[in-house]
Amino acid sequence: MTAGAAWLPIDAAVALAACWLVLGAAGLFAPRNLAYVGRLLFPLGALVALLLAATGLAALHASPQVMVLALGLPDLPFHLRVDSLSALFLVLLGGAGAGISIYAAGYFRPGEGTAPGLQCLQYHLFLASMAFVMMADDAYFFMVSWETMALSSFFLVTSDHRIPEIRRAGYLYLLIAHIGAIGILLSFGVLQGGSGDYTFAGMRAQPHAGWWASAAFGLALFGFGAKAGLLPLHVWLPEAHPAAPSPVSAMMSGVMLKASIYGLLRVTFDLLQTQLWWWGVIVLALGLLTALFGVIFSAVQTDMKRLLAYSSIENIGLILVAYGLAVTFRGFGMAALAALALTAMLYHCLNHAAFKSLLFLCTGSVLHATRSRSLGRLGGLIHRMPWVAWLALVGVLASAGLPPGNGFVSEWLLLQGFLFTPGLPHGYVNMLVPVAAAAVAMTAALSGYVMVKFFGIVFLGRPREESLVQAHDAGTLERIGLTWLAALCLLLGLAPVAVIGELDRVTRPLVGHGLGEAARAGGWLLLAPIDAARASYSPLLVLAAIAAVFALAVMAVHRLYHRRVRRADPWDCGFPRQTARMQDTAEGFGQPIRQVFEPFFRMERELPSPFDATPRYRVTVADHLWHWLYLPIARAAEFGTRLVAFLQQGRIAVYLLYSFFTLLALLFFIR
Amino acid sequence: MTPATVSIGAQFINLLAAVLLLLSFAMLSQRRILSLIDLFAMQGAVLFVSTLVVAFTTGQVHLYYSATLTLVLKVLLLPWILHRLIRRLNVKWDVETLINIPTTMLVGIVLVIFAFNLALPISELAGTITRSTLGIALATVMLSFLMMITRRKAVPQVIGFLAMENGLFFAATSATYGMPMVVELGIALDVLVGMIILGVFFFQIREQFDSLDIRHLEQLREE
Amino acid sequence: MSATTVILQLLQVVVGLALAPLLAGWVNQCRTWLQNKSAPPLWQPYRQLSKLFHKEVVLAHDASPLFRAVPYILVACMALACAIIPTLSTDLPFAPAADAIALVGIFALARVFIALAGMDIGTAFGSLGSRREMLIGFLAEPALLMVFFTASLISRSTSLATIVETLAHREFAIYPSLAFAGVAFTMVSLAENARVPVDNPATHLELTMIHEAMILEYSGRHLALVEWSAALKLYAYSCLGLALFFPWGIPEGVGLANFAVAVPALLGKLAIGGFLLALIETLSAKMRIFRAPEFLGTAFLLAVLGMLVHFLLEKGI
Repeated sequence: MTAGAAWLPIDAAVALAACWLVLGAAGLFAPRNLAYVGRLLFPLGALVALLLAATGLAALHASPQVMVLALGLPDLPFHLRVDSLSALFLVLLGGAGAGISIYAAGYFRPGEGTAPGLQCLQYHLFLASMAFVMMADDAYFFMVSWETMALSSFFLVTSDHRIPEIRRAGYLYLLIAHIGAIGILLSFGVLQGGSGDYTFAGMRAQPHAGWWASAAFGLALFGFGAKAGLLPLHVWLPEAHPAAPSPVSAMMSGVMLKASIYGLLRVTFDLLQTQLWWWGVIVLALGLLTALFGVIFSAVQTDMKRLLAYSSIENIGLILVAYGLAVTFRGFGMAALAALALTAMLYHCLNHAAFKSLLFLCTGSVLHATRSRSLGRLGGLIHRMPWVAWLALVGVLASAGLPPGNGFVSEWLLLQGFLFTPGLPHGYVNMLVPVAAAAVAMTAALSGYVMVKFFGIVFLGRPREESLVQAHDAGTLERIGLTWLAALCLLLGLAPVAVIGELDRVTRPLVGHGLGEAARAGGWLLLAPIDAARASYSPLLVLAAIAAVFALAVMAVHRLYHRRVRRADPWDCGFPRQTARMQDTAEGFGQPIRQVFEPFFRMERELPSPFDATPRYRVTVADHLWHWLYLPIARAAEFGTRLVAFLQQGRIAVYLLYSFFTLLALLFFIR
Repeated sequence: MTPATVSIGAQFINLLAAVLLLLSFAMLSQRRILSLIDLFAMQGAVLFVSTLVVAFTTGQVHLYYSATLTLVLKVLLLPWILHRLIRRLNVKWDVETLINIPTTMLVGIVLVIFAFNLALPISELAGTITRSTLGIALATVMLSFLMMITRRKAVPQVIGFLAMENGLFFAATSATYGMPMVVELGIALDVLVGMIILGVFFFQIREQFDSLDIRHLEQLREE
Repeated sequence: MSATTVILQLLQVVVGLALAPLLAGWVNQCRTWLQNKSAPPLWQPYRQLSKLFHKEVVLAHDASPLFRAVPYILVACMALACAIIPTLSTDLPFAPAADAIALVGIFALARVFIALAGMDIGTAFGSLGSRREMLIGFLAEPALLMVFFTASLISRSTSLATIVETLAHREFAIYPSLAFAGVAFTMVSLAENARVPVDNPATHLELTMIHEAMILEYSGRHLALVEWSAALKLYAYSCLGLALFFPWGIPEGVGLANFAVAVPALLGKLAIGGFLLALIETLSAKMRIFRAPEFLGTAFLLAVLGMLVHFLLEKGI
């Protein structure tokens, strides 16, 4: 680090990530002191995150910078590089991380699982490792950071390790993370192409022949897809997200999933020189399946964090759809369209980081206030927790992809990308792509269903349990965190032109084109990524119009008529003995989806007989893939291990004998 | 191509082709047997009009004859026979489908994409004004086939068979301005005779099994 | 952007707000005629609205501020929709703010809010209605979007003004894909406006209703606004259908002469459209609720098919 001379953004970024490490280590001094950890270390972590976001923004405007850290193994120093792609994801990490950290400062309570100081270490290690993943410039450092990220998040997930389900969820997460890591490692192995040079600069210089490039891409897709929750490697996600404490869920869903998207982008658009169009088609199809699968399962969940976890799968699916579209366009040499799809994708990454973190944190507040994650025990919380409820509404509208929220902007850009496909030179792709657009539209509409279910059941209606009357609103620090993330949602939703201007700096080096100029040509108010006659959208105007009509209508109605209100009981349809338990439950709200998409689910129902005095209705909805894919693999693995079980003798001498024979065999073969 | 080079006649035939495809999908998703027959008759009417338009725009006289043949056979005679059959067999029940309708239609969409792409290189070669309708004709044939596969009552299967013939006929008029008259007459006769034989079969099947559900035919295989 | 276009823009919204109850009244009148009943007067919806505005609001104890805000949000969304759908002119200064995709989003926004309001009181009825409304919505919304996609593939734009200009003022051409889109659009509008094969606007029978179940707790001025926004939605959908499939008569420029053509053309087309709607409602029977996904799934697939047909038949046009 060159002190004295002007600090480059990369120096600042590395220093900030190191600060996180220091803060984490500081947690160990007084691991049980909640005030020290919560009131000092976590807010400092948030400050660091904020600075990192600022640094990222600065780096976005600067040229790529490299740095070599003389750490690590001898002869294998850590290479770091911050280019615009890294910078964008650093902004994402810092922006979302600031809100989550300040929220976490108020979140942790005494007597919950791991000691707060230890959690502080794990948490900040997690943040720093993600920052290093985004800055790594050689395969070795990348993998070290990647594995640190996986391990630290594993410990965070299992912070309530006394509960068996949580241990199981953590184990599944670790297993799939490692299978994915093998894929990434092999992909890097292919990318270095026999040169032995594992720096990214060396890989960029390698010419990759067709099949090798495809192999590298396939392995990377598998590896990063496993971490992102790509079908069929998604099974860990709905288990691990609910198990983790809410700030960690928010961090994993909002930021860590994006780290794998970052890796995928780095490999395809940076390390590989050629992109073949059919890669894009495969990812497009997989992404669509993932998105549809995620949203359909999300609609039938009864646990609010599982619901959000499946919704994350859906969003990752949408991101991959945009990515697939970008690769397809790029493969056909259409740079402008590739830039459009890539912009939509990056935009959705930012959006998802903002609104999904917000929603996960809201579930954290609800969980603290009510001690329940089950939707069947909540309800009516808008009266007891107005702050959380109204901020959650911002996230809900964004997540449902409604204007003028931020989710709508990226969806709009993605659909514009689909509308341009008629120029594709391949017949089948040409016709299949509109069908894909239809599926995207349906996913978006279904996410509206999911979000109405989520918000309506948790916050609206009457409390389903007596105890909910005592629910309290979130504390000050939590409110600051939530407000920050909601503000990010609004900013991303209302200022698309500015955001696209920044994304332009990212897409230009990757696909050689950007939307910045065209977007700015329409003025700061009007988003017209291609030209105004073709398509335009202005969230600010839409919001202003809605607000104006709203205000006018309120004034006119109150002025012209009256504003009398009489409070009364709700209409009981002639049945006065209604209770709050008779409201629609989460199961009930998901019932139409269960019926319409029945083949997707593996359902077990227990119906009560009409003569039951205490009738119980139970339905479990499971995933076919678990039974069709994972259990057979597990069984095969078990069978295989039983075959070699005779090797296990329990005597040290025998084990030494094995080692000895191995040594002999190796010596014989290598000579 | 600008609209000026594509004549109004060709555009009209394109429209009719689209309507034909629409009717095929309607048949695929129709549960009621009587409406199915009506849809079939409408398909015949569309064929009649499109043949007339082709005959008029190209001046091929023999197409007028085949148009008349279509009108008599497919719009009037066959629906009448089918209606009569239904009444005699007393089968006005709902048509059941094997897979649910949206899934069937989804498969139908995939078939349409397949057919369109299959027809793309062929229609490049054809020189007729209505060449792009070949894909639709092909799609109609495939959709009728799909309809035959998904139905398990005998009468809808026969309607599927007849609709398939409609598709072939449309392919013939649109791609090559019709087959020679002899061939056309022969096919018409074939359809008619086939229809009558199948009608006789219906009675036999019902006599044997008390139902027209062709799943009963599965019992006939060798054990 | 001149003063006249701004005035025309405002006028278009005002005309929408004023005409919407009339259209609802006209459809009701046609329906009662067709069913051999004696019809209520044409201005019955206005009377209804005025009566409701004067009445006092009875609010449930558990109603949250959201519940009270939703009627105004609905009216705002529908007014916005009326502002961007070209009805009197295609030269609208506000139109660039939202294209066809954003219009679908605005309708979705209104739907989500009314569904949330339905769940707010916490009666079994309200959430039942919300659930059904969202069920209809998740199929109708993509179908509507696909209809727009077909139209935008033809005109190479998602801006509604450009679409209508292309369809109305270019050289005459038959677009078979629009036939598919038209059928799909009709089915979607029936479902979206709670019309007969999917929902029954005239019933309060709990097992069958969707829209009425959601708004059961509304009264007084709130109910008036909800009813008004429902009428506005019907008007917006009708205008949208007319703009996409029968765009002739919507002038490009502004000016008194154009205006003199546009208004009678609009009234005439709306009258015919309203009659056809009443006819469809009279001829068809209400479906079971779980037939509705099938109905809308068919609409969705037809719209997709329309796009495919466009690729085959109209690539060159």
